[in-house]
Amino acid sequence: MTLHPSQLIQQWSAIAGVAALAIAGEVLIASAMRDLGDLDNHRTGPGLKGYLGPVKAVLSSGKFLIGAFCMAFNFFAMLWALSIVDLSLAAPAIASLTYVGNAIAAKLVLGENVDRRRWLAVLFVCVGVVLIAH
Amino acid sequence: MKHALKPSQYTILITIMLTASVGDTLLSRGMAQVGAVDMQHLGLLWHALFNPFVISGIFLLIGFFVSYMTALSWADLTFVMPATAFGYVVVALLSRFWLHEHLSIYRWAGILLIVCAVGFVAGGPSRTEHPEEPHELGLMDSGAGR
Repeated sequence: MTLHPSQLIQQWSAIAGVAALAIAGEVLIASAMRDLGDLDNHRTGPGLKGYLGPVKAVLSSGKFLIGAFCMAFNFFAMLWALSIVDLSLAAPAIASLTYVGNAIAAKLVLGENVDRRRWLAVLFVCVGVVLIAH
Repeated sequence: MKHALKPSQYTILITIMLTASVGDTLLSRGMAQVGAVDMQHLGLLWHALFNPFVISGIFLLIGFFVSYMTALSWADLTFVMPATAFGYVVVALLSRFWLHEHLSIYRWAGILLIVCAVGFVAGGPSRTEHPEEPHELGLMDSGAGR
């Protein structure tokens, strides 16, 4: 089956849009968690009650809330994307784009030191995801 | 720079891998029992909330999200990502041995690649910083498990 160019553009825009939302959400949440530091340090005491500290700290982070909103929006965008793109293309394409985009964003936005070893890992995961979805 | 994770941090990473994959598999099994949901049958979603597989899947995915955020509080996103990708391997193995699906040679190759990817990052540090931020680096060095 050959697709009209406009359909192809629509499909890949949907895939790119869903991946972009996932990247924004993950990077914002990662940045929020990095700002907070080890959650163990936020514990207010022993036992279950002590976990209220970390929960409060996370929920009062603006970056976390926007990131969580992006992730929730990503979930619904994914449902919409699946209505115009086959799952066999959408799932591996979105997962792979998200991995590569996250690695680039982690380097540029979060300032992580993405060395050759990590780039290679991202590449292997992308190809691996495509093969598993084959 | 070698990394040394605390046993509790290894537990978090393993929890991420297991909860994401087992949670997805439980949801998939539960939703297969509930049936196809479309715009005309949205009420089925309410029924799905009473399916034991769906309920346990949701609980596991909440556990995944909490442990994922905990890991991001002490590790890089590019360190945690391949760890979560290992979940794909667990899903593939679960679908082979629990749901009795057929795994093609491509899927086995994909599994091998993801296992290699996890091996690559597992040998490196969990947290990296900008080289031009010596103050923060110093702070990081004083923390245990990095």
